[in-house]
Amino acid sequence: MYQMYNSSNDKGVGGLQTGLPQNRDGFSPQQIDLGRYLFFDPVLSIDGSISCASCHQPDKGFSDGLAISKGVKGKPVHRSAPSIWNSAFIDKFFWDAKSNTLEDQMQGPLYSENEMGNNPINLLQTLNKLENYQALFLEAFPEKEDEEISLNEIYTALTAFECSLISLNSPYDQYAHGYHDALNEQEIEGMNIFRSFVARCSECHTPPLFTNQQLAVIGTPEPKGRPFDKGAEVPTGDKTLRGSFKVPSLRNIALTAPYEHSGVFDNLYDATEFYTKGRGHAVPDSIDLIVHWHIWEPQLSVYEIERIVDFLHTLTDESFKPQIPQAVPSGLNLEI
Amino acid sequence: MKRLKKLLGAFLLVLIGIGIGKFILGNKPKQVLGPTFFESGSSGITSNGEPTKIKDGARYEVKDGESIQAAVAKANQGDVILVYPGTYSETVYIDKDNIRVHGVIENGERPTLNGNKQLNDAFLYSGNGITIENFKIIDYKGNGIMGQAGNNFIIKNNLIINTGVYGIFPQYGKNGLIELNVLSGIEDAAIYVGMCDNIDVRINEVFESVAGIEIENSRHCLVEYNYVHDNAGGLLAFITPGLPIKTCDDVIFRGNYVLNNNHKNFAIPGSVVSKIPSGTGILVLAADNVVIEDNFIIGNKCFGIAITDLENGGMKFSTDGGLDPYPDNASILDNYMANNGYNPSGAIAKLTKVAMLDKLDIGFIGGGSNHCILNPGRYVTLGLGSFAQCEATSTKAVKTYMLPNPVPPKDVSQMKKGKMAYYGICAGCHSYNNIIVGPSVADIQMIYRDNPEGIVEYITNPIHKRQDFPEMPPQTHLPEDIKMAVAEYLLKVTK
Repeated sequence: MYQMYNSSNDKGVGGLQTGLPQNRDGFSPQQIDLGRYLFFDPVLSIDGSISCASCHQPDKGFSDGLAISKGVKGKPVHRSAPSIWNSAFIDKFFWDAKSNTLEDQMQGPLYSENEMGNNPINLLQTLNKLENYQALFLEAFPEKEDEEISLNEIYTALTAFECSLISLNSPYDQYAHGYHDALNEQEIEGMNIFRSFVARCSECHTPPLFTNQQLAVIGTPEPKGRPFDKGAEVPTGDKTLRGSFKVPSLRNIALTAPYEHSGVFDNLYDATEFYTKGRGHAVPDSIDLIVHWHIWEPQLSVYEIERIVDFLHTLTDESFKPQIPQAVPSGLNLEI
Repeated sequence: MKRLKKLLGAFLLVLIGIGIGKFILGNKPKQVLGPTFFESGSSGITSNGEPTKIKDGARYEVKDGESIQAAVAKANQGDVILVYPGTYSETVYIDKDNIRVHGVIENGERPTLNGNKQLNDAFLYSGNGITIENFKIIDYKGNGIMGQAGNNFIIKNNLIINTGVYGIFPQYGKNGLIELNVLSGIEDAAIYVGMCDNIDVRINEVFESVAGIEIENSRHCLVEYNYVHDNAGGLLAFITPGLPIKTCDDVIFRGNYVLNNNHKNFAIPGSVVSKIPSGTGILVLAADNVVIEDNFIIGNKCFGIAITDLENGGMKFSTDGGLDPYPDNASILDNYMANNGYNPSGAIAKLTKVAMLDKLDIGFIGGGSNHCILNPGRYVTLGLGSFAQCEATSTKAVKTYMLPNPVPPKDVSQMKKGKMAYYGICAGCHSYNNIIVGPSVADIQMIYRDNPEGIVEYITNPIHKRQDFPEMPPQTHLPEDIKMAVAEYLLKVTK
């Protein structure tokens, strides 16, 4: 529906009636469905114990309810699992924005020792041994010359599935399209606080995706006992980006607790309250951060924070939540 | 005589040699890429200050003690809301197109919006074609008037005092006019044009704010005939990093009075403008194609005009790989400048001390290229060695940067609207041949063949027909034209 609107400079950021950014599209239903099977199939991990869906669970907004996700053999992952709703519109992946495509992004968890622990050779060998998958890949890629399943086909299929996860028909969206009864008075009040220049939420969590897809240093604390996370400084080597993370979309945010890159806040109230506790209040003295200029002291009242939280709940739409397969082609136990 | 001839001949040869040498070796005239818009003035723009054609709609009157928002809730496209003098304490939000909120001035008295330092914003709009005029707006915490992605706006003849961070702040807007407003006591920029295109800012008075008028990450802005005095900084053209729109280009500062902007900088710590030295006349930070012309720039104690890049701007930013941090193609045409830079601070103080200057009209610090100036000898300058002589002498051909016609709504066919609604909404529960949640589309097509009206009726007020399916939620949130479009589309789907 947002295709009805213009977008300032074609960036897909703006106000209520602004067009979306460029999106990935054009996958066949067979590719999407194959991607769905792969997504839920633990055969993608080195020991067949976990699937993509273990950390990106459909019922938890495609996150996992954990502060720090767990990989194979319960190994701790570095950060909190982000939601993958609306990935089709996103151009930066991982909290530290080190990847620009889904195809590139998925190789992180697939081959990371602490996550799915696999490697390309083993992944290909495993899938090529399974007749079910051979047939499904042939259907999804009818043009293929080689009968062998290739890595690119795996990546394409998973990308196709992820790009089908669109969430743009929430009560908020209905309001945005002009049906003003879709939100109640408190939710509208929350929306106005959200977009006001006092709270400034929408300056970075900009509609329609509720992210401006930039990096920002906001200075959230690490949970007790965890070291300071340098964020995008690590992949870029740029000290001015120390502690910066990708601004995440807030679509379906009510489903994806706990919040922030480290899962330090377990509810939306606390995550929102963080922004009114003072610029850099949680940054250790020993760490020099260039905190984003929008982080200030808006002095939001408890009432205002509660209204913002009410509004955030109106961004929930799961009408395109996929069905979890009854069984997966590998025949492994489907455990989420 | 012969000898003399020989000598003369040799002398001539030397002269010719120098000439040829010059010709071959350089001293090429500096290439000046004069801003291309200088020729583009005759674009047939009607400068009557009324870019949006608001048809004669209904009129709603709001009197003291009533609510402006209640009138907005009732109003439709093209309607006018007349607000009579009185005091209104509310946040007025306008998420509709083509609404004109008009303050009625009686015996010199305007309607007043008073935020009592409790409310965030006086006006918030996201609609296109919004006009807000003749209000007095005082004591808000966030903004006087803030627009988010509204095109074709007019903000005119308002008094805005002490309204928090910004006075007038259109963001992501195209084609707008900010005219005849008076603003003071603003903690950041009194008028802040952020990530916009084609905006005229004319004949406003801005004073006793941190920044007077700031054009940030915006393109094609004309800032003309404003009276900008007693702020910490007068006129700013900035690229701020970390924003989704990454250029600031084609800004004209013309015919403004930029006087005594020596106010204490009372910005919020950490904000971009908190680093602007008090005594700033005009500051160009990383913006390209800025023209400064016919301004009176007098008595600004740090400097009259400075052009600088992000690194030398004195503000600490995170790197933004998507932008060019250097200002290019600035043109400083004729301006009247006097008594600037007499008491500088910070980096400017150090630089002028080294250069042994006791005044500073114009300074250029850091990277960026292709700048030019007319008659530099008239001013006290610093670092302008690379500046060429401007080829163009005036921007007067540019009457306005507003568009000749309002930005039209995106042209979307009925068929496409139907397709979007079908895939965006219906497809969540209905597939063509299979049963996901509701009945298959093929099934629905059989029942409603040639009867889109029937579908419209059903989706507006669904009746639970089949016990083996869940009840369908009503789609009342869809406008009538979309309902019909989607019904027609649904009947045509073949897979």
